[in-house]
Amino acid sequence: MNILLQGGRVIDPSSGRDRIQNLLISGGKIRARSADLKPTKGPAGRKRNDDLYVIDVSGKIVVPGLIDMHTHLREPGHEYKETIASGSQAAAAGGFTSIACMPNTNPVNDNRSVTEFIIKKAAAAGIVNVYPIAAISLKSEGITLSDYWDLKEGGAVGFSDDGRPVMNAALMRRALEYASSLNMPVISHCEDTNLSAGGTMHEGFVSAETGLVGIPGIAEDVMVSRDILLAEFTGAHIHIAHVSTAGAVRLIREAKSRGVHVTAETAPHYFTLTDEAVRTFNTFAKVYPPLRGEADRAAVREGLADGTIDAIASDHAPHARTDKEVEFDYAATGIVGLETSLGLSLSLVQDGVLTLPKLIEKMAINPARILGIRKGTLADGADADITVIDQNREWVVDPRNFRSRGKNTPFKDWLLKGKAVLTIVGGEIRYQDL
Amino acid sequence: MKLHRKDILGIKELSVDEINLILETADSFVEVSTREIKKVPTLRGKTIITLFYEPSTRTRTSFEIAAKRLSADTISISSSTSSVVKGETLIDTAKNLESMNPDLIVIRHSAAGAPHMIAGVLNEPVINAGDGAHEHPTQALLDMMTIRSIKGKLAGLKVAIVGDISHSRVARSNIYGLTKMGASVHLAGPATMIPYGIENMGVVVHTQIEEAIRDADVVMALRIQTEREKQCIFPSLREYARHFSLNRRNIGSAAKDVLIMHPGPVNRGIEISPDLAESANSVILQQVTNGVAVRMALLYLLAGGNA
Repeated sequence: MNILLQGGRVIDPSSGRDRIQNLLISGGKIRARSADLKPTKGPAGRKRNDDLYVIDVSGKIVVPGLIDMHTHLREPGHEYKETIASGSQAAAAGGFTSIACMPNTNPVNDNRSVTEFIIKKAAAAGIVNVYPIAAISLKSEGITLSDYWDLKEGGAVGFSDDGRPVMNAALMRRALEYASSLNMPVISHCEDTNLSAGGTMHEGFVSAETGLVGIPGIAEDVMVSRDILLAEFTGAHIHIAHVSTAGAVRLIREAKSRGVHVTAETAPHYFTLTDEAVRTFNTFAKVYPPLRGEADRAAVREGLADGTIDAIASDHAPHARTDKEVEFDYAATGIVGLETSLGLSLSLVQDGVLTLPKLIEKMAINPARILGIRKGTLADGADADITVIDQNREWVVDPRNFRSRGKNTPFKDWLLKGKAVLTIVGGEIRYQDL
Repeated sequence: MKLHRKDILGIKELSVDEINLILETADSFVEVSTREIKKVPTLRGKTIITLFYEPSTRTRTSFEIAAKRLSADTISISSSTSSVVKGETLIDTAKNLESMNPDLIVIRHSAAGAPHMIAGVLNEPVINAGDGAHEHPTQALLDMMTIRSIKGKLAGLKVAIVGDISHSRVARSNIYGLTKMGASVHLAGPATMIPYGIENMGVVVHTQIEEAIRDADVVMALRIQTEREKQCIFPSLREYARHFSLNRRNIGSAAKDVLIMHPGPVNRGIEISPDLAESANSVILQQVTNGVAVRMALLYLLAGGNA
């Protein structure tokens, strides 16, 4: 099928393009001559002839398909929380055409057979592109490196022991060295587990009042600092996952100015919420790293604005009701993000933190660059992965409508402005809400 | 007068008027416990369940005696393990109990917020008998009742709370209550036991016990949980006792008629010297006595409303 997206504002930061333009999709690829086509007069969505499906996207934004570089798809092993298929559906509904999934499944994605299983399952679901991130160490136990070369050949795009921070600095050093010889990033969940031991929320005034055990910001900062030093020493690429503290932002900014190969992401909940969200013991606001204080939230926004933080990733962490409807201390950690990430991130544009092209860089171009995948562009001949955004659409977050099996969001009933209305992956329409 | 709320989950939510109402109601119940027949029919036909997920002698007994003196039927459930370990969720346990039509549920739990969670799903009143390191409202109420009954007031008093503030629900509830009622609250303990930002609760923090108790009208010692040594929050009991134990020497700088309080159970010789715990200034056992009256007042105000 050939598709003509007609009359939209095409923003492609990869080429600096930002203008009203038609976009032609043919054979699963983007075709440059689309720019020359005259808008047709036919009604929107009407088949003009056997070959061309015309969609009127005037007043909307057409961007390279969004990429969420940090999700948890739970399969294999925790299918009651999410499957690769349901997570893919959620991604498409949220405007994402590609997602990377973390290895903390059961079994852990520390060997090629699990990597290939994920890719096979994703292909069978056939909704979005799924890129597995493999484990830094076997079973993510932090003792022995997994087979990086084999994993890369199997399709892994990076290495991380997300959720099981690597406490052993020597292992982290070797992981960085080994991954760098394969030109792959090591993605670090920065948390000193001695400093965070027993904690369930951010250590600050809210934890002082509620008596919940706090996780201090320095539990993150200490590890960010260590990983930056290791990256500097090895010359390898370290990617800092889910930055949540002012200290981490400052350390990354300094490291970048010294030329260290460090990149960083944050998640929408860190630039939107603070630890105040936990005051009512709402387990949907329980997440690691925890929601921080106001100064941290402000610093994360600043880091996004000045380019210290390269990417926005949702850290989509679906859980079942049974995992969350328990005492706060015992509740599972994590927030679902695929279907709210764009809506929350667009508030950064509304608030003047980012321009729209800058936001698209952080949600498509930079994740592709960090993971080394050939995505994030609307250039001629590129894969036709495209997201169409209606900036003005107001909608209320209703978890019952989520495609994800996980309904664990602290943003229930929030009014958001802006959402994905069309998600095209490889030239095929995977989600439509025009 | 009535209390216009379903539950008592913490002191934080209570207004000064509500605290006064509870304390006055408690005062009126003191006399019942001194009668030869220690029983009034106020809650006859009512069923009260105490649900304790943490060991407790004083608080649970106090609630049960309070209920029985009001003629309520009491059922006491204690579980040494958490509901998670038991394999039934706390919400399911609470809803099963609710199906047997109790009139009020008292809960203690090691997890902060657990009483709030079940209060949100139950129609019956819930009283928090201590949740994690969060709140212990009935303890703070009985402490305020004790102070007020002797000093005649709370406003303007200097109250020192000494010990492991970080892990103390008693401290938090008392800070909320005493500051609301106009007392000035001073905390003392090694920095490892003082939570960050606690000054924002309207208290003054000291790292030397002498500064906190100088001219104090009330000094409250908190129980040191000996297992905390392992978490490196203090080096040794010996070291703690040498610098933070209330004793004859340091209490000399407090007001002459200072009240010495302790929520119990007391580690004699650690947070307080034995002779001080037994001195004329000590009101530790009066606190326990008043606990029954305070709990009678709450049970009456929450469960007896329509009687």
